Amino acid sequence: MDALWEKLFLYFQYPFVRYALIVGVLIALCSSLLGVTLVLKRFSFIGDGLSHVAFGALAVATILDMSNEMPLVLVITVACAVLLLRTGQNAKIKGDAAIAMISVGSLAIGYLLMNLFSKSANISGDVCSTLFGSTSILTLTLPVVWLCIILSVIVVAVFILFYNKIFAVTFDEDFARAAGTKANGYNLLIAVIIAVIIVLAMNLVGSLLISALVIFPALSAMRLFKSFRSVTICSAVLSVACSLLGMVVSIVGGTPVGSTIVAVDIVVFALCYLIGMIPGGVRS
Amino acid sequence: MAQLICEDLSLGYEGKAILKDLNFQVEAGDYLCVVGENGSGKSTLMKTILGLRAPLGGRVLTGDGLKRTEIGYLPQQTAIQRDFPASVWEVVLSGCQGRRGLRPFYGRAEKALAAENIAKMGLTPLTKRCFRELAGGQQQRVLLARALCATGKMLLLDEPVSGLDPQVTGEMYDLIARLNGEDGITVIMISHDIDAALRYGSHILRVGGAVFFGTKEEYLTAAASGFGKGGDR
Repeated sequence: MDALWEKLFLYFQYPFVRYALIVGVLIALCSSLLGVTLVLKRFSFIGDGLSHVAFGALAVATILDMSNEMPLVLVITVACAVLLLRTGQNAKIKGDAAIAMISVGSLAIGYLLMNLFSKSANISGDVCSTLFGSTSILTLTLPVVWLCIILSVIVVAVFILFYNKIFAVTFDEDFARAAGTKANGYNLLIAVIIAVIIVLAMNLVGSLLISALVIFPALSAMRLFKSFRSVTICSAVLSVACSLLGMVVSIVGGTPVGSTIVAVDIVVFALCYLIGMIPGGVRS
Repeated sequence: MAQLICEDLSLGYEGKAILKDLNFQVEAGDYLCVVGENGSGKSTLMKTILGLRAPLGGRVLTGDGLKRTEIGYLPQQTAIQRDFPASVWEVVLSGCQGRRGLRPFYGRAEKALAAENIAKMGLTPLTKRCFRELAGGQQQRVLLARALCATGKMLLLDEPVSGLDPQVTGEMYDLIARLNGEDGITVIMISHDIDAALRYGSHILRVGGAVFFGTKEEYLTAAASGFGKGGDR
């Protein structure tokens, strides 16, 4: 046990490990906040689609040899979020088909571009780490860390400020609109926040595993608690705890960060599912 | 001036009208029942009144101090709500959303209003319970309390008793009649239960087939003569 602590202590001497932990915790917090809304609004597939878009955008940024890829990826992903929400409402190609088209399309184009133009010797390694995150969280530079921190603060602040509106629009969109709430505007806001979260989370778990980070903590919390506020708080706590544990395990065990975090999330979901089945379990 | 006026209203989907040239008005304190077959445009009419969709022609006006966003709406329940984790308190309080405008949090006045309407619906012991675990009639009363938070003047009820058993249905109708009689709240109710409409309503609007609008007495007279001379007033 002592040896384990010593090893952890040694790792914490390195700034990149500390950066990784800070960014990981922030990303976990942000991604869990909107999980309940996404699950209940049947928006989870939009998150999945957007993560593929982010992959395509990252490929473009990579071949353009940009030093900091995040701003470009952010702009493209947010634009696609807006586009998807607009087409979902009134278009000849209906919502899910449009999402499937855009997400698979950007995956294919992204991989194609990387193959054609990449200067790197190890293309499949690059692709793999973009898709599954592998060690990119440990290679964060200071500007990226700051960008992550700023974006996280904005996401959390927007969520708290619009908490009541988001609840109203999620629970009953027609009622909210009849009462004069601009529901379409808030749906757009939700989509933009998802896009920001996805771009943030790409650093942590890679683009294929992002949905897990958004969905699992929310589903686990919904097994345990019965009010919107307690579900939201519980899902934030679970998400941060799972990500921390996952990162520590992956640092000590040398496993890929993203998939380790998702594995911890799955175990916690299974536990919550079991606890939720106990009659008269946790309630509030 | 009437609280709600519909002028030459035409409703429908993608340019095809279901209802044409609908004219009626609702005065403060009226209890209007909208009856008609499924697919006759009742729900479309309701959404148009609420401003959720634009009419194909004509217009909806509000007056007598009523704003369009001050109509309390009791919608039919959606699939989302069946697995939504929310307490009774959270649901009722969300009815104050419209009057909050852009201010982010609920103040003391909104919380007092929510507590008052929860008490009025006899739900105080259930305040902390989870909405989705309540019985159908209790859920409807929670949504009614939420609608009351949004309005003190007019309620729009979309099939408020669908799926409820006969006893709870009777209680729900009595509750609505009390809100109309004692609190003077105007009620517009969509229903396909013509017997209840004739028992509780003061006015009837029949859509689909021969359109009829008038008081209950006029409806009964018109029905006796087979709607031959009835029609729009």
